[in-house]
Amino acid sequence: MSFAERVNINRRRILIAGVSATGGLICGLPALAAGPDAANAERQLGHFIEIAGDGRIIIGSNQPEIGQGVSTALPMLIAEELDVDWSRVTVRQMPLGIVKTADEFTWKYGGQGVGGSTGLTGNFDYMRQVGAKARRLLIRAAALRQDLPEDQCATRPGVVVCGPMGTTVPYEELITEAAALGTIADDVPLKQAKDYRIVGKAQTGVGVRDIVTGQARYGIDTREPNMRYAVIARSPYLNGTPQSVDDTGARQVPGVLDVFEILGPKPDEPYAILASGVAVVATSTWAAIKGREALKIEWNKGPNANDSSAAFWRENEEMLRGKGQVVLDDGDFDTALASAETVVEARYRIPFVNHAPLEPQNCYAHVTEGRCHIIAPTQMPGGASRSAHAVTGIPREHISVDITRVGGGFGRRLTNDYVAEATMISKQTGWPIKLQWTREDDVKHDFYRPAGLHHLRAGVDRQGRVVAWTQRLASASKYFRRPNVPDDELWTAELYPDDFPRRMVENLRLEYFNHRVGVPRGSWRAPAHTANAFVVQSFVDEIAHATGQSPLELRIALLGDERELDYSNHGGPTFNPGRLTRLLRFVAREIDYKRSRPAGRGVGLATHFTFGGYAAHAIEVSVADGGELTIERIVAAIDCGFAVNPSAVHAQLEGGTVDGLSTALGLEITVKDGQIVQSNFHDYPLMRLAQVPAAFETHILPYGDQPTGVGEMGIPSAAPALTNAIFAATGKRIRTLPIAQQLSA
Amino acid sequence: MSIAFKVNGQTVRFDGLQDTPLLWVLRDELGLTGTKYGCGISQCGACTVHVDGRAQRSCALPVSQIAGRAVVTIEGLAEGDALHPVQQAWIEGDVPQCGYCQAGQIMAAVEFLERYPEPSDDDIDANLSNLCRCGTYPRIRKAVRRAARQQQRSGS
Repeated sequence: MSFAERVNINRRRILIAGVSATGGLICGLPALAAGPDAANAERQLGHFIEIAGDGRIIIGSNQPEIGQGVSTALPMLIAEELDVDWSRVTVRQMPLGIVKTADEFTWKYGGQGVGGSTGLTGNFDYMRQVGAKARRLLIRAAALRQDLPEDQCATRPGVVVCGPMGTTVPYEELITEAAALGTIADDVPLKQAKDYRIVGKAQTGVGVRDIVTGQARYGIDTREPNMRYAVIARSPYLNGTPQSVDDTGARQVPGVLDVFEILGPKPDEPYAILASGVAVVATSTWAAIKGREALKIEWNKGPNANDSSAAFWRENEEMLRGKGQVVLDDGDFDTALASAETVVEARYRIPFVNHAPLEPQNCYAHVTEGRCHIIAPTQMPGGASRSAHAVTGIPREHISVDITRVGGGFGRRLTNDYVAEATMISKQTGWPIKLQWTREDDVKHDFYRPAGLHHLRAGVDRQGRVVAWTQRLASASKYFRRPNVPDDELWTAELYPDDFPRRMVENLRLEYFNHRVGVPRGSWRAPAHTANAFVVQSFVDEIAHATGQSPLELRIALLGDERELDYSNHGGPTFNPGRLTRLLRFVAREIDYKRSRPAGRGVGLATHFTFGGYAAHAIEVSVADGGELTIERIVAAIDCGFAVNPSAVHAQLEGGTVDGLSTALGLEITVKDGQIVQSNFHDYPLMRLAQVPAAFETHILPYGDQPTGVGEMGIPSAAPALTNAIFAATGKRIRTLPIAQQLSA
Repeated sequence: MSIAFKVNGQTVRFDGLQDTPLLWVLRDELGLTGTKYGCGISQCGACTVHVDGRAQRSCALPVSQIAGRAVVTIEGLAEGDALHPVQQAWIEGDVPQCGYCQAGQIMAAVEFLERYPEPSDDDIDANLSNLCRCGTYPRIRKAVRRAARQQQRSGS
């Protein structure tokens, strides 16, 4: 599903609220009832709000929490419009809510799913209306009770204030009457931003106390009665299958209960699960792991037995010698290039990378006669329900999905392959099953970020203006093996045509070559933006240096002033390059970009528009004589429109920066003899605290009153700022990621 | 053969496979799921506990080596409702994002501060090597400094 489609899921619920005869969305069914307070339906307003007798407000969070702070931000919006003190609010995670209609399913609690940084944008109005309508019902209840007109009532946090005497009634005394008043169909007026008490102010993340006391429950922490533990020995060969299995040793391990094959998809089929293999079921995680170690499996190496990274890069080069699919052709690139004063050219290599969430994949599934219960760390609970249905045939209205806290999403938990696996094992054995992936499983089996070879050429005129630009990309498209994506649309996952510098360079051509390989690919945080921002922001620097221009001034000249350009990809409908200019000037000034640094020290800049949000980085590095790189200082700035929770916005900018740098510094997934080479953190080395400078400043530059997302915006400009700084410090241009040992060479 | 040891002040006995890592005994047998599994090869530190007061990564530590020892997990760090200053500093600094690594970070930081009550940035860099995939390192660093100051002030 594209990110645009996911955002549309959130929009669809607006239509449902108007249509639903059962009053599904706004009233009636107690959504919080999935939790321990099922008995308290009469104290609940709609699906999201419960007011306890002691005045505590329990607010439901309908989205998966993957660390992006959505379970703080959305309840903040409800609490603000409801008019309660944030300190009295407890947030409860809601399960998947779907309702069967005549021929399909619709959302019960609004669209549920996180990805593409849409959690806030898709729910900003919706959640405020949830709070505002609930407040209106409380006012109505107080007014009725005192026989006063509603317009003589107002609220202060937690109380309704009525009439000329200013009589106050606390919410907890009105809730049962308010809950009986039915629904409000039409939208009600919302607060002005200047009146916000909670929103727009830094709030501590919901659940932080549970996290620091070890009480937070992730998918891996699921413990259910009679639960057994399972691991799967998956084919180490891409598209390989078990040829023979000797499980004698495995069955002798104390605690091992069962061993059987798991059938994966055929080589050209969509990935319901990632690989074929052999499941081991046991009475504990360790017994299952030991049982798996004792298996003796011969593998059919499958059709990709000769896949290798060496072949991949060689074949990318060969492809680029030919003509690809021209997917964008503005102006007259050939003529403009031919007439240019200077032609600049470069190739960049972007590797496959692993999602590596710190909580490895896992899922609890219990398949019984006609029912299925899933407990999963997922970004897409609706997809989890579909996956379980596809495995079992059980009607989706009988499949319940509880969403745990997620130990890192990064796009890995968009696919519910681990849900399908756990469901298969429960269906086969009849037991409640917790399926656990080890770190090795997680590194060796993934929907990796696509890899590709980018070839860029630009023509620059005598005045230093970029008059022609082409990006030619040979890559392993993310859409490979997705259902319903024809070959000539595989490029749409890899190139976003309306990205910078389109419409800023008049003659621009994008050309694509799809490279079929066995490595599975999927959405990694900020999908194609990490690759494209790296190559484009590096190339702009190369153009500047080749033509004697300042990298800062050239960017400003290209980006120009504020204006809305069409933007057809996710994050549109418009893109305002002037907002990047603003950020760039800011970070350049903060880091004193224009001051020259001594040899071995340098500053780099980069800026990028990602899914509706704007960010820029200025990074200062030093490189010692032996090639040792030190990141000395980072200045990062984000324009996310209106920052609902500034603490979380800073956090996402910090975290996104570290993610971009970590990936660029040392991360790559390689293939040899049809197998993934890496296996754990010793050969897939995530960045550590010691590599992050203490001089690391993040800034929010506000713009308007609508929020954008923030989960992915902080990544794309980090890596090119780093390599641009390395060039400034050393004259060495990094064109292949990861940087790894290139500076010591 | 039964292996007996203390967890958060209580004596426990384990009768299972002797090479079971302490991590899995804590999580699967004792239901103490605050200590997390991240890698299984002591690279990430999500499994950090205290064994006889020393920070140890429990994922590759066979329970047979824990006989007679005293283990403290994240669940045993606070004293009732009174959080440890490091836990308090983590809350005040709004440190966690997904939060999965943070129990291990806290256990490592608590023991580190016992050895380095007034740590420099270099001390922190050299000693705190737990992984955080979400990149909360800047806030971890600040929270460690805040906890150090708090502990200095209260003379703990």
